[in-house]
Amino acid sequence: MTDVAVALPQDEGLSIAGVSLVGDCAGVLYWPAERALIVADLHFEKGSSYARRGILLPPYDTAATLARLTQLIVRYNPAAVIALGDSFHDRDGPARLGDSERDSLRALQAGRDWIWITGNHDPEPAENIGGTFGGALSIGALTFRHIPQGEPGEIAGHLHPVARVSHRGRAVSRRCFAADAHRLVMPAFGAYTGGLNIRDAAFADVFGTLLFTAHMLGDQRLHAFPARYCSAD
Amino acid sequence: MTTARAIKQVDMRVLPEQFGRWFAARGWRPRAHQLELLAKAEQGKSVLLIAPTGAGKTLAGFLPSLVELTQRGSPDRNLKSTGRALTRSRGLHTLYISPLKALAVDIARNLETPVKEMNLPVRLETRTGDTPASKRQRQRRDPPDILLTTPEQLALLLATADAPFLFGTLRRVVLDELHSLVTSKRGDLLSLGLARLFKLAPQITSVGLSATVAEPDDLRRFLVPQPLDGEAMADLVIAESGAPPDVSMLDTQNHLPWAGHSARHALNEIYALIKQHKTALVFVNTRSQAEFLFQELWRNNDDNLAIALHHGSLDVAQRRRVEDAMAAGKLRAVVCTSSLDLGVDWGDVDLVINVGAPKGSSRLMQRIGRANHRLDEPSKAVLVPANRFEVLECQAALGAVAESAQDTPAARTGALDVLAQHVLGRACGEPFLADELFEEVKAAAPYGYLTRADLDATIDFVATGGYALKAYERFAKIRQGKDGRWRITHPRVAQRYRMNIGTIVEADMLKVRLVRSRRSGVHVPRGGRILGEVEEYFVETMSLGDTFAFAGEILKYEALVENEVYVSRSNDPDPKVPAYEGGKFPLSTYLAARVRKILAEPGAWRHLPEQVREWLEVQQWRSLLPPAGALLVETFPRAAKYYLVCYPFEGRLAHQTLGMLLTRRLERAKLRPLGFVANEYSLAVWGVGDIELRIKRGELSLDKLFDEDMLGDDLEAWLAESAMMKRTFRTCAIIAGLIERRFPGEEKSRRQLTISTDLVYDVLRKHQPDHLLLRAARSDAASGLLDIKRLGDMLSRIKGRIVHKALDHVSPLAVPALLEIGRETVYGEASDELLAEAAEQLVKEAMQ
Repeated sequence: MTDVAVALPQDEGLSIAGVSLVGDCAGVLYWPAERALIVADLHFEKGSSYARRGILLPPYDTAATLARLTQLIVRYNPAAVIALGDSFHDRDGPARLGDSERDSLRALQAGRDWIWITGNHDPEPAENIGGTFGGALSIGALTFRHIPQGEPGEIAGHLHPVARVSHRGRAVSRRCFAADAHRLVMPAFGAYTGGLNIRDAAFADVFGTLLFTAHMLGDQRLHAFPARYCSAD
Repeated sequence: MTTARAIKQVDMRVLPEQFGRWFAARGWRPRAHQLELLAKAEQGKSVLLIAPTGAGKTLAGFLPSLVELTQRGSPDRNLKSTGRALTRSRGLHTLYISPLKALAVDIARNLETPVKEMNLPVRLETRTGDTPASKRQRQRRDPPDILLTTPEQLALLLATADAPFLFGTLRRVVLDELHSLVTSKRGDLLSLGLARLFKLAPQITSVGLSATVAEPDDLRRFLVPQPLDGEAMADLVIAESGAPPDVSMLDTQNHLPWAGHSARHALNEIYALIKQHKTALVFVNTRSQAEFLFQELWRNNDDNLAIALHHGSLDVAQRRRVEDAMAAGKLRAVVCTSSLDLGVDWGDVDLVINVGAPKGSSRLMQRIGRANHRLDEPSKAVLVPANRFEVLECQAALGAVAESAQDTPAARTGALDVLAQHVLGRACGEPFLADELFEEVKAAAPYGYLTRADLDATIDFVATGGYALKAYERFAKIRQGKDGRWRITHPRVAQRYRMNIGTIVEADMLKVRLVRSRRSGVHVPRGGRILGEVEEYFVETMSLGDTFAFAGEILKYEALVENEVYVSRSNDPDPKVPAYEGGKFPLSTYLAARVRKILAEPGAWRHLPEQVREWLEVQQWRSLLPPAGALLVETFPRAAKYYLVCYPFEGRLAHQTLGMLLTRRLERAKLRPLGFVANEYSLAVWGVGDIELRIKRGELSLDKLFDEDMLGDDLEAWLAESAMMKRTFRTCAIIAGLIERRFPGEEKSRRQLTISTDLVYDVLRKHQPDHLLLRAARSDAASGLLDIKRLGDMLSRIKGRIVHKALDHVSPLAVPALLEIGRETVYGEASDELLAEAAEQLVKEAMQ
């Protein structure tokens, strides 16, 4: 109801270890110089993973996640896509992938590099899902890996950062990029992925202090808040 | 229909001599309705007994069972089941179901008296969540004659393989406080359990015990199996009613507030009333009001009167202590919420004080009935309105009580999520045929509407999730065998069913633990006692160090440790108002109509307090009175904003929904609404655009703005993102068994479970909008948190009957709503704007 949301640009420039990156409020990171699109914690086939344990969540999560990813790939037309680990919710995920989802994935991979960084949920390279596998990837000043270790230049996932801001007696909770000038933790992208509050000790371990910023995902843009300003759960 | 009054000269011969002597020894005479229930039992008839509290309702319900068990003679107690070799003497005879665990236990204790004194050969036992596992097992092997339990325990018993053995001998089912049970999903669950019992033991008769209700026929249908065509009803017995109650409204000598619910203005008068009586029950509508009133009464408790506090969030042990002290006559007053609407009878209460709005006439009469359980003396009650609108509501309620007009809710349409739970339970018991189950379920009155397609969809949901994309066949929970019967695929399914039974889904609650205050830098000490529970979303609005009133104390928020809120004692004189909800009922449609009528007839104002009369007279002069059959809409400018205030009198929930939908429409009309606030009686919307000017220019039509079509696309669009809809969906998902209450071995906390049901909702809504759970959630939203049905009825009632009054400043009637701005949560779910605003403010602060 205010004009702020409309007046500001859609994407936010972030600088990590001197590298200019663009944080998209859809929850992906774009590296213009390398034309690389980075996405974390897709957790494909989380629904069917729960179903195996008798919790029959709607089997549409992979399709939903892929549809959102497709839109972004169409928009940025990246030369490379880097999936930062936990791309599948469990080791058998790639085998359970439905035919139509597998076809969509193949179509997205056509004409570009596709890098699967392995994660704790999907530690082994898998067959039949295309792409190249690796435990970590370094390009220039940046290192891409799943579990953050707090090193300078690190872009990681795994923690599913969520920030909570209280204002006028109401609290808003959103997924976010957690970043300082040297490192960044990506929000989880998967349709069924929950979150961990950035005031959790796990983030202090990565950043050393509370001197980092939560770039919360808004509908139109990112909203930046100092971590100290955000509330715990 | 026969009433007990009509057969005063009732045939005492139905009462065996032994019982007659017992009554006489106590100086009692059996009441007419008690004898009539005996006669009905002899004729093998199911029956609904409507009786006021204190009429010996419970004894009436049990008397036929006690007589029958006595006449059947003493069982051979030496023969007992030894596990596999069954040598059962006679088995379960009567099943008693109560909505409250504590009530079941209390009734059992009370029944022991006649059983002992008459030396009856009757064994009675309770079975609740607290009953030890060993005893529960023994009860299934060697059941008592009378078992007292709850709807959830009945469902659990039915979902075992030995249910046919256990219930095969059953003769009678007694459903206590039926009027209360049938209004919720627990009633749906109970109706399905009852339908099953009638299948397992066709010989049973049912007895329903109820307070007075608007439609006794709904309850009569509930009690007996419904045939596929037509309907069946239990017989009806209405006990003689007691003396009419003595109810009045407090005529306060102090200034009557315009808004708010605290009744702060009348504290000294409430205190004086307590002092003048032996024992008073002080009812309020919400837990926060209870906490507030309790604090304030003690602050002024110069005489050190024993005043206690009772509400649903307090620790159970604490509540029991209060109840025991009450029963022992040690208390002068208990400040309580609907937590004491039902339950244990206390003979000594000589005054009921109802603080705040009565909300409904039946609810009020039941509360009044909690005073004075001697039928021949009138119950005494005083209504204490907390603001001016509540005065009108109290006046309407006084009229309704004088006419004994009832406004209990209409019979429910059985919920599909509850049916899903029952279907799984059936498969856990005996494998079932869909055809047979369909017939059985249709016999339950709330499920008479069910189509075969509905049932098949429910079975499909239970089996594999009910998804159009058939991805989960191999993970099915139940599967059809070669014999056509559905059975569970693994014993684990039954185990999980048992852990997730029931229809009560609490908001995520956090335990409140009292610890010693933390010194800076020192770790919060562990240990300390549990004071009760608060909603997680209340805790989320607090920062560490905030103080709030809870469990009758002022507490300081120290830390959140797992699922516990650590608090310490504080003496902050100005604690945060606990905004947590609980016990908020909307104003009944019936009372709302009466309030509208009072407003529209200045002739009826002479009964109103002077201050209120004057308020209405100024309204009449400055603006208009809301006409009885139409909707008054006022518009006026104020402090550079433009206001629209309307007076539907349909309750806060319906008004909130209306507010959400109206702001959407005003947004589209480029009127830039900024927010709205809803109370029980009115709704105020404000914004940047001049609504009145647009109406004058013919660019905006109020008829169009309030058109029923807002319940189409606008509603759908809002539901997509509504937090309340998501909460409703979560409840359905848990009841239906999609999501578990507890995740065994799951590392994530409940906090993350909430997030995931929201995500599931988003995905499901997009990919399968007609899914069973979405249907269930929509149906709940229509009557529950969003009250869409009531809003729809109102919109159609006022169609073409909107009266617009353009004003140059705020009207007297609009003041209460405007006063609530800032005090009440301003609703709006546009969280993105909130974030933007917060960020902007932060920047401003930093730059100063």
